[in-house]
Amino acid sequence: MQLSREDLLLAYRRMRRIRDFEDRVHVEFATGELPGFVHLYAGEEASAVGVCMNLTDEDMIASTHRGHGHCLAKDTDATGMMLELYGRKDGICGGKGGSMHIADLSKGMMGANGIVGGGPPLICGAALTAKTLGTGNVAVAFTGDGGSNQGTTFEALNFAAVLKLPAIFVFENNGYAETTASQWSVACKDIVNRAAAFGMPGVSVDGTDFFAVWSAAREAVERARGGGGPTLMEVKVPRFYGHFEGDAETYRADGEVAALKRDHDCLKIFRGRVTEAGLLSNADLDTVDAEVAAEIEAAVALAKVSPLPGPEDLVTDVYVRY
Amino acid sequence: MPKKTFKQALNEAHFHEMRRDPRVIVMGEDISGGIGASGEMDAWGGSEGVTKGLYPEFGPSRVVDTPLSESAIIGAAVGAATTGLRPVADLMFADFLGVCFDQIFNQAAKFRYMFGGKAVTPVVIRGMIGAGFRTAAQHSQCLYPIFTHIPGLKVVIPSNPYDAKGLLIQAIRDDDPVIFLEHKLLYGVTGEVPDGAYTVPFGEAKVLREGGDVTIVALALMVQVALDAAELLSKRGIEATVIDPRTTSPLDLDTIVESVEETGHLVIVDESSPRCNIATDIAAQVADVAFHALKGPIKMVTPPHTPVPFSPSLEDLYLPSAERVAAAVEASLRTRKGAA
Repeated sequence: MQLSREDLLLAYRRMRRIRDFEDRVHVEFATGELPGFVHLYAGEEASAVGVCMNLTDEDMIASTHRGHGHCLAKDTDATGMMLELYGRKDGICGGKGGSMHIADLSKGMMGANGIVGGGPPLICGAALTAKTLGTGNVAVAFTGDGGSNQGTTFEALNFAAVLKLPAIFVFENNGYAETTASQWSVACKDIVNRAAAFGMPGVSVDGTDFFAVWSAAREAVERARGGGGPTLMEVKVPRFYGHFEGDAETYRADGEVAALKRDHDCLKIFRGRVTEAGLLSNADLDTVDAEVAAEIEAAVALAKVSPLPGPEDLVTDVYVRY
Repeated sequence: MPKKTFKQALNEAHFHEMRRDPRVIVMGEDISGGIGASGEMDAWGGSEGVTKGLYPEFGPSRVVDTPLSESAIIGAAVGAATTGLRPVADLMFADFLGVCFDQIFNQAAKFRYMFGGKAVTPVVIRGMIGAGFRTAAQHSQCLYPIFTHIPGLKVVIPSNPYDAKGLLIQAIRDDDPVIFLEHKLLYGVTGEVPDGAYTVPFGEAKVLREGGDVTIVALALMVQVALDAAELLSKRGIEATVIDPRTTSPLDLDTIVESVEETGHLVIVDESSPRCNIATDIAAQVADVAFHALKGPIKMVTPPHTPVPFSPSLEDLYLPSAERVAAAVEASLRTRKGAA
């Protein structure tokens, strides 16, 4: 299977939407108007979109505290997400979850997760549902290099391999768990080396190359759908911002981020590849840029004036019935 | 009505629900037992035999033996519940909560609220509680106060075979995450249990005995201790009402308060550690809403603030006894307000 022109435009639109969403949140957070913690995904777009372009709404993903990109890659509504970040009543979670807990089960998005390593066991469950009911669906756990060191992750990898679950474990290695360098905290040279320990296929890809991610994920998804069990993917990505907004990033080398943005920007690389190959024109991509910019602008404008949740919302949604 | 053990009652509840609803699965280490080994399958049927016989009828796709990985077991059960199954996961000893609490209290309990009411997580997590097996500090705790503390969880603690079956069926049919705790000394207890399926609702206490002098509230194994105490007291001319809340979340406070308004005295027997437990919780809530009705101090009968000891001589001392409960009742009656 090859990516059609429509697929390429959709992939670009989703990556661009993530970038614009995150760049704008970076700006708005600095004004003090956004409550809480936000962790931005900018720089990592090709990973989420490259994987999720292989998935349907029935395939489930679990995400991390750095989850906006995974949500948008799974086509979660950007406006509903922006309202959620502002804590608004009409946010996608009614203002009760915020940045770290955005979920859209109707799109197969099982939730960003404030607990590092929280997602991999949950994804074993989604994969178990698929296997038990014979749906042919797959489940993907996005985890970072930090989450790769959690015991829950090791349990989930073994569990999925033993039960031969249709699960894919994507480790987005952005070089840092908060401030701690992954080259220090991951004892083996590469996270992908751990696949062998669990008896599952492992693949390492350049996360700035959408096509590399898409094609590695495609193979893993096909294997999982076909009953071939789980796969471990390590996706090496740059992180354009700090751990969270407000992080002074003094632990990063001078010029590090500027060089990443100059030489390792997945959007620029995508544009170069598709225009050189004559698959899409610069005008096609510029149109997407303008549409996405307007969409994000409108989302922020709406979020700023949307109503807040009230006392009637405080105690609802704890139980289905109590 | 046929007599069955607590264990048989739980076993029947599994059969009823798995036959009724193909989305119900059971999972856990040794849930059938012997997987991958060369001997018989379904060797154990769970560490206490509660799930025995399910494997031959429902097979490996619905009776899921797992590696010894509590975070993965509970996490997978929770993830499966969120995506369309109704799993019953066996934690074995509730003490093993220590290696999977995140998946219970940060994940299962929180999804519905965090996701704005859109998630439904119909998972049941079974665990064994209580002292009496001489298994010491890491296999004997009554951890229900910890679960009860967490909004989003329901906590069920049956004390007899009839309730065990009805409450487990209710738990499996319930759309919220349910922590279902089985006192290990109750598995062999017998009682009348109908052959068919039935439910016992959550949040409805059971009044096991009525008397006008004192209200005794007890859970799980302590219900029998409270009933034994009531018999001792009756011989001494004191008549007790004994109430089993059956679920601590939701808690049927109304039934307790109504009884205290009649008796004026409240004694709570709780096998969990004494600080921030169900006894302190009920005592505080009754004092808050019904202080006017109290004629004497609320008394709490609990173990000491220690881990559960190993030596039988110490473990027997650790557990509340009927005599201690009776003494607590008499102490409350002695310090009756306005008494000479």
